[in-house]
Amino acid sequence: MEFLAYFGEVFTPINFGLLLIGTIGGLLLGATPGLSPTMAVALLIPFTFKLEPAQGLILLGAAYTSTVAGGAVSAILLKIPGAPANIATTLDGHTMAKKGQGARALQLSFLASAVGGVFGVLLLIFLTPVLAQWALAFGPSHLFWLAILGVTVIGTLDSSSVVKGLLSGCIGLWLATVGFDDIMGAQRFIFHDAVSGGINVIAALIGLFAIPQVIGMFANGRRSLDAEILTVERHPISKAFGEVFSRLRALSIGTITGSIIGLIPGVGGQIAGLVAYDQSKKMSPERDKFGTGHSEGVIAAESANNAMVGPSLVPLLTLSIPGSPTAAVLLGGLLIHGIFPGSDLFDNHPDVAWTFINSMLIGQVLMCIFGLYVAGLAARVAQVPNAVMAAVVLGLAVFGSYSVQHSMGDVYVMAALGTGMYFLERFGFSAAPLVLGLILGPIAEANFVQGSMIANATSSIGSYFFTGALNLALIATVVASIGYSVWLELRHRRHTAREEAVAKNEATP
Amino acid sequence: MTDLPRVQHVVASGLVAAVGVSVAYVSYTREPAAAFLFPRIISTVFVVLALWTFGKALLGQTKVGNGLDREAMINIAPGLVVSLIFVFWAAQTLGFYTASTIAFFVLLSLYDPAPHGELKTWIKRILITAGFLVVMYGLFARLLSVFTPREIFF
Repeated sequence: MEFLAYFGEVFTPINFGLLLIGTIGGLLLGATPGLSPTMAVALLIPFTFKLEPAQGLILLGAAYTSTVAGGAVSAILLKIPGAPANIATTLDGHTMAKKGQGARALQLSFLASAVGGVFGVLLLIFLTPVLAQWALAFGPSHLFWLAILGVTVIGTLDSSSVVKGLLSGCIGLWLATVGFDDIMGAQRFIFHDAVSGGINVIAALIGLFAIPQVIGMFANGRRSLDAEILTVERHPISKAFGEVFSRLRALSIGTITGSIIGLIPGVGGQIAGLVAYDQSKKMSPERDKFGTGHSEGVIAAESANNAMVGPSLVPLLTLSIPGSPTAAVLLGGLLIHGIFPGSDLFDNHPDVAWTFINSMLIGQVLMCIFGLYVAGLAARVAQVPNAVMAAVVLGLAVFGSYSVQHSMGDVYVMAALGTGMYFLERFGFSAAPLVLGLILGPIAEANFVQGSMIANATSSIGSYFFTGALNLALIATVVASIGYSVWLELRHRRHTAREEAVAKNEATP
Repeated sequence: MTDLPRVQHVVASGLVAAVGVSVAYVSYTREPAAAFLFPRIISTVFVVLALWTFGKALLGQTKVGNGLDREAMINIAPGLVVSLIFVFWAAQTLGFYTASTIAFFVLLSLYDPAPHGELKTWIKRILITAGFLVVMYGLFARLLSVFTPREIFF
């Protein structure tokens, strides 16, 4: 119950003010189609430079939580999910809004998000210290395999092609080696002055997540957002409160599914929402009502995508392995303050760790309260034209990456990586494994070198890295994650080929 | 798969494979060898996966990624050119704020769906650009004390 000792820290005027700013700002950003939670958090990092570590994390954590929930506003009122995590919410949420039940759908969505979110953060609170203690037993070889696992899991599960996902991870691991070698001081792959000090992670994060979205908005051309905002009429909150808890099956399926999916590195909110929706539909006696504006659909999807937030941070805070792209961005936020998460985070910086986690708990409640009030405004923000949004994000990306080290080199890196990533994404490559490779590369290399030194002094490299129960378990997990993803991809291909064949047969007279 | 994405896939995966081969070549030829041990492992996997992807693209068996259609390319081109000029030349030559303001206004004018012929539209664009400049200056120069290159103008 150590976390209780730091609860008061959340309520200091500055910390609470930042929590409010992060929550309200996140709700507005989350409602904006095209601005993903990861990009919102990446663009916010430069604003944390002048803050204390805990304060910076409070801002980033609040933005993360509320962008996921804020995406429901545009999903319900505009039928455009603010983030991939809100795709399942559109299925019933927008139909409810079309029936004149927009306020009810929003209230159910924010209340379910808060319930799921609080459960997820409680899981984070109780699981993290246990896993952190367990992680103390990890040596260099285990940490090396964990870093590789982080890249392969995200590379395979988060990508539409296993090979391209792994290739993206390799590109990230290579980019992490650019600059001077830490041990021998040798120059590696320094092909331009801008990268002589290595590739700055924050500039890279901003570029990889923000610039592809800017170019994606350019690709839409001079197209206006034709979505009509549905009006939000009044609806008593007490009724929505009662309804959320009367739909206990959907709420618990969403919350538990989201929490479990959050714990698995690489599996994001989009999947959490869709799986919870699907399971809830299968287990409901009213399954025919799903898709026609049924409240259980909204409750299951929204409780799941917010329940995922807390558990997705468990691998980051215990093993320093970010389990999701947004967690990777949060790791960037920690690193710029000289804090390295991992097994000793709770011993060395308990104030930072617990204040951050506690703020996420309070943030869930604030998100629920403010979400209900700013929903109308958020829907208007969601209608900001693409042109304005693209220009603003580009400006923030340029200023933000420059402010990291007051270096134009970082701006060039940001622009080059971001532009390259947009085109790579068009061909099936993925930013998430690349970012994970970039962040985990130094961890993997440092532990590989350290492990090699130990191995040279004691045994052979082979026996040091490939024997022992934990090493073998981690290697097996790496292989299993790749094997499982290959199997999924092949199954999907067979299914698509079968559908195409059926469609062809039907088309033939 | 139509011809355009197929050619695009070949070009894209070819470029990635070329980068992979270059990385592997540098890793295996540069000294000290110990400093390049980890890059050698990475680059070996990189090359294998990149060549696999390139081979599949050559055979037309790429299943993922739709490439870019002509309309998207036409839409992207002006914005991308303005953005790259802004980042790689204007920001350091004209000054950060001047270049940002010009780039913002040009991008807004290029992609804003509002009709170009109306005076009201241009006044709105100027006001939005001015608001952007004020917010960026307030956030970065005042709040975060970031001293950006001033150069010719500001």
